[in-house]
Amino acid sequence: MSDSPAIAHGAPADAHLEHPSYLRHHFNSVEQQADTTNFAMWLFLLTEIMFFGGLFTAYLIYRNWYYPAFVAGSHQLNVVWGTLNTVVLIGSSFTMAMGVWCAETRRRRGLVLCLTLTCILGLCFLGIKTVEYREKFEMHHVPGQHYSLQSFLDPQSNPAVFAEYHDKPLALDMARHTEIYFSLYFALTGMHALHMIIGIGILVFMIFRAQAGAYTAGHVTFVENFGYYWHFVDLVWIYLFALLYLISRHQ
Amino acid sequence: MSDTIVSLPDQSTARIPKVNYLSKENGLLSWLLTSDHKRIAILYLISITFFFFIGGALAGLIRLELLTPQSDLMATDTYNKVFTMHGVIMIFFFLVPSVPATLGNFLIPIMLGAKDLALPKINLLSWYLYMAGGLLALYTMMSGGVDTGWTFTTPLSTHYVNTNVLTTGLAVFVAGFSSIFTGLNFIVTIHKMRAPGMTWFRMPLFVWAHYAASILMVLGTPVLAIAIVLVALERTIGIGIFDPAKGGDPLLFQHLFWFYSHPAVYIMILPGMGVISEVISTFSRKRVFGYTAVAFSSVAIAVFGFFVWAHHMFIMGISNYAVLVFSLLTMLVAVPSAIKIFNWAFTLYKGSITFETPMLYAFGFMGLFTIGGMTGVFLGTSGTDIHLTETYFIVAHFHFVMVGGMLMAFLAGIHFWWPKITGRMYPEKISQLAAVVTFIGFNLTFFPQFILGALGMPRRYAAYPPEFQILNVFSTAGATILGVGYLLPVLYLTWSLKYGAIAGNNPWQATGLEWQIQSPPLTENFTELPIMDHEAYDYEWLENQKAKEVASVG
Repeated sequence: MSDSPAIAHGAPADAHLEHPSYLRHHFNSVEQQADTTNFAMWLFLLTEIMFFGGLFTAYLIYRNWYYPAFVAGSHQLNVVWGTLNTVVLIGSSFTMAMGVWCAETRRRRGLVLCLTLTCILGLCFLGIKTVEYREKFEMHHVPGQHYSLQSFLDPQSNPAVFAEYHDKPLALDMARHTEIYFSLYFALTGMHALHMIIGIGILVFMIFRAQAGAYTAGHVTFVENFGYYWHFVDLVWIYLFALLYLISRHQ
Repeated sequence: MSDTIVSLPDQSTARIPKVNYLSKENGLLSWLLTSDHKRIAILYLISITFFFFIGGALAGLIRLELLTPQSDLMATDTYNKVFTMHGVIMIFFFLVPSVPATLGNFLIPIMLGAKDLALPKINLLSWYLYMAGGLLALYTMMSGGVDTGWTFTTPLSTHYVNTNVLTTGLAVFVAGFSSIFTGLNFIVTIHKMRAPGMTWFRMPLFVWAHYAASILMVLGTPVLAIAIVLVALERTIGIGIFDPAKGGDPLLFQHLFWFYSHPAVYIMILPGMGVISEVISTFSRKRVFGYTAVAFSSVAIAVFGFFVWAHHMFIMGISNYAVLVFSLLTMLVAVPSAIKIFNWAFTLYKGSITFETPMLYAFGFMGLFTIGGMTGVFLGTSGTDIHLTETYFIVAHFHFVMVGGMLMAFLAGIHFWWPKITGRMYPEKISQLAAVVTFIGFNLTFFPQFILGALGMPRRYAAYPPEFQILNVFSTAGATILGVGYLLPVLYLTWSLKYGAIAGNNPWQATGLEWQIQSPPLTENFTELPIMDHEAYDYEWLENQKAKEVASVG
């Protein structure tokens, strides 16, 4: 078997001939270094899948048990804002991908522009999310002591939603389970938003480093790996959008 | 040439090399900011030993309380806090990081012929996360403790106790990320950092065992993290996912919790099994019998380990069919574990066995782990489980596996690689004594608990009916002996740092790459990139190497 990376890249003999400053001391070659850090990032994303996986499992179980409550809860979400946010986030993934391309082709100003755009779009997403959270807060749809069942026991109390869906009132027992739906809504979107905030923090750091030319000298693994993370967070949102906003749109 | 080699090298001429990873830099900062996997391993070794003795002191308090049938040493709710903190500290701050973070950290890069782990800074970060979690756990303990048991079972943890569930949960959450990063680092290193010629099936079984354990760390721990987050949210803002009053299901918490916490016992035991493979081979001077089977059995344990979690919930109201399936799957795990034990036994067969301290601990491991594992089959059988669960039988079972198995393996490994880590030998006679004392103390402590459990003494109570006292007195007496057995190594290993005999490169005549370099190793481990041109545990190769060395010097 010759799958050992050090052989694959023929490192031992000429390791000292070319020794760029970004090659860490414990790697034999730049290829090995890039390969290793990319692999580590994929593995990290796997742990992220397991992390969200626990919540998705909970979602799956409760949605099967309390389907009417989940439908009624989902109707209280604003699909327009949700769609807009999906577009914003996919747009940010595009600018991120362009950023990686700029880094690979050594375009420093292009990279800074792309990263800045990604950052702005990320902030837009969080802004829209804040508006949505505020709406839930005002409607008393945040789980906990102040949670109110009024929108589910008496759907006409919220004319805008009623006009669109003509929801029938839920029985008290089922209406109470909408709190589970909103628990999952806040847990899932909250965890997602936390990942966005961490991502934006790293983006700001990267913008400064990119301006200094750190990623446009042939060493792009950091940008690449951050790209994987950003796309992953984007992908999670696409699932959340479908699972939380689009339950029973056409029934 | 015969396949057994018994001559050990002359150590009288050995010297500690002037340049090594310990002497390269000095000062506290050079340790706290290091990215050298060997130094991080030492940091871990010191910190987990510290937490081990805190957990051990709590165990001592538990045993003292149980000396008499009444709850007289402490109030019953204090007792609840003591056993909870004992569990939390021992599991999350000692057993999970014990072998991987110390010996694994130190040895995996060297065994693979690499200069360091793939992500040295992440490695240091994981130590800091561990320390942050550990200090938070200590703070929790001093500010009133927590009394849910280490399992944080809902709805007790979310609704009915007013102790420090949140800070303990946070401590476990943070320590969990330390474990994720360690596992991630190992997997990446094993995939991408192997030296030329180091194919998958030339890797030492120690590395295979860590690979399997790392898969569990990486895939299991995030699920624990999210379960803890949900408990915290439920406690603080009442989101209701586990609250039956709102339609949530407390059993879901147990599913999520045990989805990590059952594999976690394999996270704890697998690296120990890796140590035993190395020790048994070295002190029998034979290649491990059925190398491939032992390697794959590690992976099999990791895979099966993910599908047995519900056996912790047989009496919690899961369906009869689920009980049936999980019972069957649980017994399947016994197969790869038995493969290991049988293969070690066949490695001993016709080997040239010597009884150095690591080997004594390894023998202890084989016996105690077998008892612990077989009683696991009793508990996996749903009929007997209903009788035995929540009794001292459970306590005895997992202490046989975790303390009798893992701690023995940890001590075997520490003694075995002590010459490599420090460059000095531990004193042989007193350490053999310590191994024997530990074995006797252990059996005296935990064997009576099997009987107590079978007689029906429930766990988690400070008081018990007077007819159980005699066996509890045995157990407490044994715990005292066990305590001596654990204190001894701390004393003589510390002593040996200054006064131990100089070890030389390969005092055991072992075949691993780590024994072919100087002890203590250089910061970058190897002077030149090693090329692996032989199988693992090839004692004939080692003998040829020695012959060559003599020829070239002569």
